[in-house]
Amino acid sequence: MRAIIRMLAAFLRLFYQSVYLALGQIWTNKTRSILTTIGIVIGVASVTAVIAALTGLKAKVLNQVESFGTNTIFIFPTQPDKGPMRHASWWTIRFLPEHFDDILEHCPSVERFSRIAGVGRYTAHYREKSAENVEVMGIEPAYHEIQNRPVSLGRKISVIDNMQVRPVCLIDPKLRDELRLDRDCIGQTIRIGHHTFRIVGVIERQPELQLGESGQERYEVFIPFRTTFKMGKPWIMAFAASKGTEVTEEAQAEISFFLRRTRNIKPGEPDTFRVESVKRFMDTFNSIALMVTLVAGGVVGISLLVGGVGIMNIMLVSVSERTREIGLRKAVGAKKSAILTQFLIEAVVLCFIGGLVGVGIGQCLTMIISGINPVLDMVYIPAWAILLSFSFAGSVGIFFGMFPAIKAARLDPIEALRHE
Amino acid sequence: MTEKAEKLIIRLQEVTRIYKVGVEHIHALDGINLELGENEYVAVMGASGSGKSTLMNVLGCLDRATSGCYELDGQDTTKMSDATLARIRNERIGFVFQSFELLGQLSALKNVEMPLIYSQNGWWSRHMRAKNVLERVGLGDRIKHKPNQLSGGEKQRVAIARALVCNPSILLADEPTGNLDSKTSEGILDLFDQLYREGQTIIIVTHEEHVALHARRTIHMRDGRIYSDLPRDQDPAYNTTMQEDAREEPE
Ligand SMILES: Nc1ncnc2c1ncn2[C@@H]1O[C@H](COP(=O)(O)OP(=O)(O)O)[C@@H](O)[C@H]1O
Ligand SMILES: [Mg+2]
Repeated sequence: MRAIIRMLAAFLRLFYQSVYLALGQIWTNKTRSILTTIGIVIGVASVTAVIAALTGLKAKVLNQVESFGTNTIFIFPTQPDKGPMRHASWWTIRFLPEHFDDILEHCPSVERFSRIAGVGRYTAHYREKSAENVEVMGIEPAYHEIQNRPVSLGRKISVIDNMQVRPVCLIDPKLRDELRLDRDCIGQTIRIGHHTFRIVGVIERQPELQLGESGQERYEVFIPFRTTFKMGKPWIMAFAASKGTEVTEEAQAEISFFLRRTRNIKPGEPDTFRVESVKRFMDTFNSIALMVTLVAGGVVGISLLVGGVGIMNIMLVSVSERTREIGLRKAVGAKKSAILTQFLIEAVVLCFIGGLVGVGIGQCLTMIISGINPVLDMVYIPAWAILLSFSFAGSVGIFFGMFPAIKAARLDPIEALRHE
Repeated sequence: MTEKAEKLIIRLQEVTRIYKVGVEHIHALDGINLELGENEYVAVMGASGSGKSTLMNVLGCLDRATSGCYELDGQDTTKMSDATLARIRNERIGFVFQSFELLGQLSALKNVEMPLIYSQNGWWSRHMRAKNVLERVGLGDRIKHKPNQLSGGEKQRVAIARALVCNPSILLADEPTGNLDSKTSEGILDLFDQLYREGQTIIIVTHEEHVALHARRTIHMRDGRIYSDLPRDQDPAYNTTMQEDAREEPE
């Protein structure tokens, strides 16, 4: 036991002394050390920045998805990959309102359901004020729960609004401010296109995930689903919520089955619509993120490899420059292991310094990224990425420093002392 | 003969060192027998190529004898592992080289501390021991100087301090004054005399008579063999000098 402790103490002393020697050596050769570690610095900086960007994006998307609710199901028409409907026009495969009649009775795993009608973008007017880019959507009451969009003022779109095809609307707070409506704008009327609507509530805005499409402001107005038919020919989709995350797939299957019947799709023919869940979307997103990580990892691996070769080269130079020093150290009693550790640790310390600088630069890059693109404001370097970078840098140091260190340890002291 | 009864530090028996260069075999050491007791001061002389450095390397455990037996402090070194030999070099042997071999980026103190790094010494004890030994060689006021801020003689003193810092059984100096002018050389040789008086065992290689005169015993080598091994008072070189001195004195 005491022997083990003594060995450990001896090793720690050797380690500490090697680090001390290495730092001194690196300090005396500052310029060379900086140039040598650039490869490692770039490698580590890029890996941390890429990982930071990805985790930031992922956190953002997850945030968004959570605001949707994880048991949300999206239903929308699409052309199938094969079959006669492959080239069907969008108009042919569109949903009709009656396709969804009595859906809740036939799909026991579905908790809530709302049809949605998009009628396009309009300009909204109130007195002499106007706002462009107003997205008008027809919804049913369940929409508020499914999409997690409560009203902050007034009331929701109700069943009666839909039954009576009332000209009422919910507006978002930004539109209210743009049109200079009163803060409590309930009961005021605004004009959208050629139609007049009475405001019954203010709906909360959704946390936005707008990639690229910044600049022009977008506003949202919600009206009863059936009211949209007075404005034109709406494009119909639907949102549903399953009774729980574990029955989401069942709910999707039930909805598919139900829609195939109401849309008269014969057995064997492909679907002309899609029933997607947030989970599926997340899976796709995750696999894309993984791909990007792998590609970035490959690039970073190559740059670390190049950096490592640089380290090896400089260590070989260092060994041959310091041949006499090695001879002297051996003459005064340095064992092979001491010389080996000294040079190995010098390489590792070089790499660690490179890693440290790299993480620092990665942090700066990350801050720049989040500064440029507000979508990535949740970007940060996770602790595991820093740990990973350091262990990578350390391994590179050990791997590429080993050969020069062995070369140094094997030098014959007499010949080394005779070296010019 | 009475000296032999005292503790032996070095015993070489039929030691050879043969270099193979191509098909040729060079007998750098060719059957060396040598015994050395405590607190001896020996000069090794001989023409260039006579095997002096090779002998020093073997004595200093930097090199292994091709055959024969080398006992240091009563231990046979011929069968020791490299690691054990490294420890022996660290603890029992102090080397002084012709070209000093100081590390340029380290201060005098750090240079002297260097051997202690490889033995079990804490930071403070290293510092104190190195400081003390630098004072002993007369450089107590130069401990922070880098080698390029020191004169040749001072550099060699730092190197001697480094050789002494581990309290070695023997101090081996291979032409320690070879790179120094005669005045500085005398200073270094006075230092060796002082160390000898303090009880240090010293072996010094030289091809200069006046350097050898400081030693109490002179070994002459030729072609890898010892052909004379005499105490100073029997050495012809010493006697001629003494006779010259005797002749000069009456004038
Ligand atoms: N590494 C070596 N390889 C081959 N021959 C060597 C080597 N080192 C020394 N020798 C030979 O051994 C002999 C003794 O050398 P050395 O001990 O250096 O002589 P000295 O120090 O007395 O001048 C010389 O003939 C030299 O050429
Ligand atoms: Mg020589």
